[in-house]
Amino acid sequence: MTIPTTPPPAAGAPRPAPGRVGPATLAVQVLRSPRARRPDAVLVVAAGALAVMTLAAVFAPFVAPYPPDAIDLLAVNAPPSAAHWLGTDGLGRDLLSRLVYGARTALLGPLLVVIGSTVIGMLLGLIAGWRGGWIDAVLGRVFDVLFAFPSLLLAIMAVALFGKGLVAPVIAMSIAYAPFVARLTRSLVKAEVSRPYVSAYRVQGFGGAWIAFRRVLPNVTPIVGAQSTLNFGYVLAELAGLSFLGLGVQPPTPDWGAMINEAQSGILAGAFLPALVPAIAVVIAVVAVNILGDELSDRIGGGIPA
Amino acid sequence: MALDRAVAPAVANVAAVSPGRSARVIRRIAGRLGGLALTLFLASLLVFFSRFLVPGDPVSFLLRGRQPSPEAVAQVTEQYGLDLPAWQQYLTWLAGAVQGDFGRSLQYRQDVSAVIADRLPVTLMLVVMAGAIIAVIGISSGIVAALNRGRALDRATLVGLTVLSAIPSFVGSIVLISVFAVQLGWFPTFGSGEGPADMAYHLVLPSIALAIVFVVLVGKVTRSSMVDQLRREHVEVATSRGLRRATVVRRHVVRNALGPILTVSGVLVAGLLVASTIVEAAFGLAGIGSLLVQSVDRLDFPVVQAIVMLIVTAFVVVNAMVDLAEPWIDPRSAAGAGAR
Repeated sequence: MTIPTTPPPAAGAPRPAPGRVGPATLAVQVLRSPRARRPDAVLVVAAGALAVMTLAAVFAPFVAPYPPDAIDLLAVNAPPSAAHWLGTDGLGRDLLSRLVYGARTALLGPLLVVIGSTVIGMLLGLIAGWRGGWIDAVLGRVFDVLFAFPSLLLAIMAVALFGKGLVAPVIAMSIAYAPFVARLTRSLVKAEVSRPYVSAYRVQGFGGAWIAFRRVLPNVTPIVGAQSTLNFGYVLAELAGLSFLGLGVQPPTPDWGAMINEAQSGILAGAFLPALVPAIAVVIAVVAVNILGDELSDRIGGGIPA
Repeated sequence: MALDRAVAPAVANVAAVSPGRSARVIRRIAGRLGGLALTLFLASLLVFFSRFLVPGDPVSFLLRGRQPSPEAVAQVTEQYGLDLPAWQQYLTWLAGAVQGDFGRSLQYRQDVSAVIADRLPVTLMLVVMAGAIIAVIGISSGIVAALNRGRALDRATLVGLTVLSAIPSFVGSIVLISVFAVQLGWFPTFGSGEGPADMAYHLVLPSIALAIVFVVLVGKVTRSSMVDQLRREHVEVATSRGLRRATVVRRHVVRNALGPILTVSGVLVAGLLVASTIVEAAFGLAGIGSLLVQSVDRLDFPVVQAIVMLIVTAFVVVNAMVDLAEPWIDPRSAAGAGAR
């Protein structure tokens, strides 16, 4: 018997397939979850903080009171005032403006890493879980090796190879985080494979690749996606750390980590704000993202197999 | 770093199938050491051949940012055997690396191993001090939270840990420097001091900054491991036998909860070594973390390779040690019982 690789059009397979979680179902599941145990105020504040940061990043030129590189030589390391709400840094640049512009790289980097690692990880996890056998064993060994490289170390190595900036670290971190995603995807896929709807499709003559990508993958996507958002905060902190080291986003581009790096000498002279302002921004962003990520994965990931 | 999720896969299972206890133990150890060697071998492939991902010829890659004389080019070519086939270069490098010889540093004109050995004491002391802080605060907060599960103290601990988890080491560093070094003047702002005692004093703030995020990891793992054990039947039995609560907790709960806590050691050691790059940069410490950053900055790739291999090796070896020590900590795992 030969199994066709594409679904026979005349077979009349039901479109609203069994075992398929639609986006609408999922949205209802998230919004109406009985697992909402955290006080709503915390969630609202976290979501609000993140929304403000996102809007500031997108509309930076309209939000920021000054261009990020505008120098006010009469106000160097100035305290907060009507002209400069958060004061100025050691070169007389407006801190609020730099903070607003800095939100761009701060949020864009982690976003790209989360997307990249999720795509790579889900693909490899699906292959490992669906095919099993030697492919699974080889991929498992590859993941083991990658686990031995902390993500920041892989990013530093990428910078050593390909140069400073945001590109090399983002690619390296996408690879470093992919095994976490892949392992989860693999275990979820393994659980799906034995479910009746998969054999039902097989019996109807659907090809393995079609079932894997069009039916199994969408079913595991919500849980994997929710878990992936949990990485956002870690990546944000690590990328900021990298630019703090002078290896990530390069000055004069405003970036929170780079701002702290540039403000280090000022600390010794007693100018704390230029370093503290971006530091607080990092902490708020990480807390907000983690609270939302926890909540999301709690509501969606009810049945994560060990 | 998704630290907590790095833990599970780090613990490899070595199936013990042969009969006879000692044979099984030997098989287990051999299997674990084999796995260790294989992981290190594959990691060395990644570290070495990553250089070949960079377009262009290897001599100009190694001598980037420098104006090499023809003699220097010839010397580097000769030293790294860059005119040889890639696999032969790798074997030469690997043979050296196994003996601790990673070639010569391009920025210091010294052996890489000598440069690293010079910087290692500061980093080791930093990691040990941070490790002590993590062990004491992480484990005790986890135990306190677990014993008061669901009560105010538990919730307060969890909130505290959640807040701490959002304080990256560079933020912790600058806050600690601002408050305790600059404003209060209790600690030095810079450098690692002379002699062991002075070094320890210089490393107080850095080790706290380094410990923050990892206290959270250990605290959370301890709490969940303790909570898991407290629910067990044997704890109930021990309590119903009339043993004092403290005895039950000490002998039946904490001891059993140790296993999962120890499994995070590998992640912890590697994580501390990597995070020390940031702390050492913030506090101006001359350790291998700041050496790594400086070597990336000055395009000294042999040093970068060596430090990366060092950290990866630390991770793999600590994991293997924890795994091999497990039967000793928890005899049930040696018996191969699936009772856990």
